[in-house]
Amino acid sequence: MKELMIILFSAILVDNFVLSKFLGICSFLGVSKSLKTAMGMSGAVVLVMLASTALTWPIQYLLLDPLGLGYLQTLVFILVIAALVQMIEMVMKKTMPPLYNALGIFLPLITTNCAVLGVAILNITKSYSFLDAMVNALGGGLGYTLSLFLFSGVRSKVDKADVPEALKGLPITLIAASLVAVSFFGFKGLVENLFS
Amino acid sequence: MYKDPEERKKEQKAKDSPMQILWDGILFENPVFRLVLGTCPLLAITTSAKNAVSMGLAVIFVQMGSEVIISLFRKMIPEKVRIPAFITIIAGFVTIVQMLVSAYLPALNDSLGIYIPLIVVNCIVLARAEAFASKKTVVASLFDGLGMGVGFTVALFLMGSIREILGAGTFFGLDLPLFGTQIEPMMFFILPPGGFFVFGICICFSQMFVKWMDKKRGKPASASPVAGQCDACGSCSACSGSEGVSK
Repeated sequence: MKELMIILFSAILVDNFVLSKFLGICSFLGVSKSLKTAMGMSGAVVLVMLASTALTWPIQYLLLDPLGLGYLQTLVFILVIAALVQMIEMVMKKTMPPLYNALGIFLPLITTNCAVLGVAILNITKSYSFLDAMVNALGGGLGYTLSLFLFSGVRSKVDKADVPEALKGLPITLIAASLVAVSFFGFKGLVENLFS
Repeated sequence: MYKDPEERKKEQKAKDSPMQILWDGILFENPVFRLVLGTCPLLAITTSAKNAVSMGLAVIFVQMGSEVIISLFRKMIPEKVRIPAFITIIAGFVTIVQMLVSAYLPALNDSLGIYIPLIVVNCIVLARAEAFASKKTVVASLFDGLGMGVGFTVALFLMGSIREILGAGTFFGLDLPLFGTQIEPMMFFILPPGGFFVFGICICFSQMFVKWMDKKRGKPASASPVAGQCDACGSCSACSGSEGVSK
C-alpha cells in the first residue's frame, strides 16, 4: 500500500507529467485558455490514460514478450491507443451523451498527446506490476489535471497583464509556465519523507 | 503517377525551388519557433547540446524517411484511413531509430530515454505528412522533410547550447573557462522550469527577428505564433481525419 501511495503522489507532484517530464505540452498550452476546456481535456486524459494502460500492459507481457516481438512496442502501442480512443468515443456517444458532450470533443486530440503514449511506455520501462502501472496512470492523469487547473488560473491573469510588445502572447505564457513549474519544485523530496 | 507536363510545370512554380522549401523550413516556417510544434521533446531533451543534436538527427531521419514513403504511396492510401496509415509508417521509422540507437549508442539511449519512441507522436512529423507529403511530389517532400528536420535541429541546438552553457557551465561536455571558476553555473536553466523560460525568450527573439525581416523585405507582418491553434498544431487535421474514419 505504501509503495502504491508513493507511486501515486510522486506521479502527481514530484514527477508531474507536464511540468517536470514535459509530456503533453501542446495541449497544456493549447487548452489552458479557459478553465472549462482545461477540465474537459483533463477528464478525457485521465480516462484514456487508465484505459490505455489497462490495455497496453497485458499486450506487452502476454503478447509481445512471449512472442519475442518487444521491438514492435512503439508501433503496437500507438495503434492500440488510437483504436482505443476511437472506440471510447463511439461507445460514449451512444451510451452516455452528456459525458460525450463534456469530454467527447477532446478525445480525438488525445491520440497525438504524448502523455498517453508516454505513460504506457514508462510503465513498461520501469517494469511496474499491473497494479503499480494503473496507479501510475491515475497519478499521471491527476497530475496533468492539477497542472492544467493551476495554469489556467495563472493564465487568465497573465492574459490581462500589460507586458512589453515582444513578449505578448506565447512568450509570456511560457514564462508563466516556468514559474508554475518552479512552484512544483517545492515538492522535491516530499514524497520520500511523507511515507517513511 | 504520371501528370501532364503543363500541370507539373505549374505545380513546380507554385511551390518554388527545393532551396526555397529548405530555407522556409529552417527560418520562416521553423517548426519550433514559428509553428510551435514538437514542444515536448524540445523542452525535455535540451538540457545539453549533445542530447539536443542527437535528438535532432533522429528526427531528421524519421521526418525525411516517412515523408518520402508517404509521398510515394500518397495515391494508394485511401483518404479515410490515411492518418492510421501515416502513423504506422512513422512508427516504423521510429522503431528503426530506436533499434539502431540502442544497439550502437547505448549511452545516448539512456539519456534520451522514452523521448525516442515519443517521436511517433511528435506533431511536426504527422503535421508535415498530412499537410505536405500527402499532396506533393517525392522530391519536394524529401526537401521539406530535410528543411523541417534541420529547422527542428537548429532550434534544439540553440536551446540546448543556451541551457547547457548557462546551467552547467559546459558546452558539448567541455568546461568553459569563464564559468566554474568565477561564476557558479545557474542550475535553474537545466531544470525543467528553465526549459520553459528559455523557450519563451527564444520565441520572443524569433518574433522580433521575423518582424524585422518582414519590414526589410517590405512584406506585411507575419502573424505571431500561437500554440494549440488548429492550423499550426496539425493534430486537428489528424482528428478531423479520425472523425472521418469513425463515421
